[in-house]
Amino acid sequence: MIKPVLVFGYGNLSRGDDALGPLVLEYIEEHAKHVLPSVDILCDFQLQIEHALDLENRELVLFVDASVACESAFDFAELTPVRDKSYTTHAMSPAAVLAVYQDIKKQVPPPCFLLSIKGEKFELGEGLSVNAGQHLAEACQFVGELLSTLDSRKWRQNCVSV
Amino acid sequence: MYEHLETAENRDSLKRVVVDPVSRVEGHGKVTLLLDENNKIQQARLHIVEFRGFERFIQGRPYWELPVLVQRLCGICPVSHHLAAAKAIDQLVGVDPDNLPVSADKLRRLLHFGQVMQSHALHFFHLSSPDLLFGFESEINKRSIIAVLGEYPDIGVQGVKLRKYGQEVIRMVSGKRIHGTGAIAGGMNKALSKAERDYLLEDIDQMITWSKNSVALIKKVHCANLPYYDEFATIRTNYLGLTKPDGALELYHGGIRAKNAEGETLMDHVDYCKYNDYIHEEVRSWTYMKFPYLLSLGQENGWYRVGPLARVNNCDFINTPLAEAVRVEFKAHSNEAMVHSTLAFHWARLIETLHCAESIKELLHDPDIMGGELVAQGEKRYEGIGVIEAPRGTLFHHYQVDENDIVTKANLIVSTTSNNMAMNESVRQVAAEYLSGRELTEPLLNNLEVAIRAYDPCLSCATHAVGKMPLQLELLDADGKLIDKLVKHNNGQIERL
Repeated sequence: MIKPVLVFGYGNLSRGDDALGPLVLEYIEEHAKHVLPSVDILCDFQLQIEHALDLENRELVLFVDASVACESAFDFAELTPVRDKSYTTHAMSPAAVLAVYQDIKKQVPPPCFLLSIKGEKFELGEGLSVNAGQHLAEACQFVGELLSTLDSRKWRQNCVSV
Repeated sequence: MYEHLETAENRDSLKRVVVDPVSRVEGHGKVTLLLDENNKIQQARLHIVEFRGFERFIQGRPYWELPVLVQRLCGICPVSHHLAAAKAIDQLVGVDPDNLPVSADKLRRLLHFGQVMQSHALHFFHLSSPDLLFGFESEINKRSIIAVLGEYPDIGVQGVKLRKYGQEVIRMVSGKRIHGTGAIAGGMNKALSKAERDYLLEDIDQMITWSKNSVALIKKVHCANLPYYDEFATIRTNYLGLTKPDGALELYHGGIRAKNAEGETLMDHVDYCKYNDYIHEEVRSWTYMKFPYLLSLGQENGWYRVGPLARVNNCDFINTPLAEAVRVEFKAHSNEAMVHSTLAFHWARLIETLHCAESIKELLHDPDIMGGELVAQGEKRYEGIGVIEAPRGTLFHHYQVDENDIVTKANLIVSTTSNNMAMNESVRQVAAEYLSGRELTEPLLNNLEVAIRAYDPCLSCATHAVGKMPLQLELLDADGKLIDKLVKHNNGQIERL
């Protein structure tokens, strides 16, 4: 049941723009169904240690998260394992999840990328902000194009702020 | 017991030491100690400092939302709340447990075994194993699963994978690892597909082996440190939980059994729908968590412990062979009728993990989980009570609805709440026996957290009550001097002190 590609959107649908990651998954399920035979969709609230095991036997992984740090609508970057302090919290960074994978598996993780979508408001019970809605549309278009080529070398060519 | 340390005299003249927050537990709590000039501890309390209000805000909602709504109580044991609420709303649609379709009953049990397994693995490996493997007063940078993965990689990886497997069981049955759906009024919304069943079967033998290894590990750790492990934070209490009609360990559905510290039966096979006749709750002014007690024994003597230690103590046997064998060893290590060691919670927890793994395998080979009738119907009722053994202990959900199916009343007695007095007693025991009179250091204070952590408290779950909660408002000036204080008492009366 393990598919070669994993798209992992994380965030809380009930916290305003924090829903951006899960909403990208909804977009894929509705508008990019043709990729689903080779792409697993995984949604969760936050990243935890166990998620390192979701990287097992993958060829390519895309994390999708909301971010306040983006300078434009979204950023796309390749990840490398980093042992930061986030493992002591409820929410690990994706780079720390990769580091756990490396610790557990004693091998380099599969190529992993992070799509960060600019969010502004994260209040409980709020919907998506107007600006985040625009950023989501741009990011979804980008994801659609990205998934048309499931090739890490091609993905790397997109690793610049858009 | 150590209840004399609950409230000190001359509190204003005592030194105050605070452990805030208590770490590696679910939710937010703190411990306060009051010490005299000789560092003798005069007061020790576990305070629950978060406040939620679930019982109130689910009022006004239609009953069929309950299994989904109440999952939001918790990110670790949402399935327990989901199933307890589902059992309650089964009754609202006129379906008693005996009338639940066989397939639905087995799917719910499978879901629940996955839940207990992942929660127990999370607690033991991620949260507690650093204390047990590195020592209670180890360096701070060793107190995490990452440190365990570094120094004991096999144990760490097995723990992470055990939890992941439990989460996968939940995902296969309910669609998501956290906050999925599955149980509905009168049954379940889907069966397991063959592909889902086969996926779970792939690793189940490995999980049973690792669960068995984990029991051997905790037995080795516990017995290597006798009598310390049998005495640390240990209190002699009553125990309460569900058992099967034949006295076997039961996690999903059974009658209430309670035993006293000597192992004598206080009640047995009690219909949990009558829980109100046997259990009451007390409120105290310094914490948001209530104090349940057995009505027959009164507030002072009627408090009890729930959870793995209570269940393994209370049951006559476990109906899976590997877990039963280690239960017998567990009971034999103590020379008392009941195992009272608070640190034995860990041992009992891992026995249950093994039982869950064995039970999951049994259910995965049962064709009923892949089809058959899933939903039963009956005559509408206005009151429903669901009780389940959640990972942390007996969990009560009680709802009333009106003629429009809207919830008018909700009462939840959450597992951690039942352990409230016991956790406070264990904190006071550690404070009195291990800390009092010593110069307190951070590593020493971790002993208090080790005691609390043994109960695997879910403080978020346990602070749902609203309406009778005492509140205290203090106004301080710029120098921190108290200049005004308002107290709202349990009866709602507001007083300026």
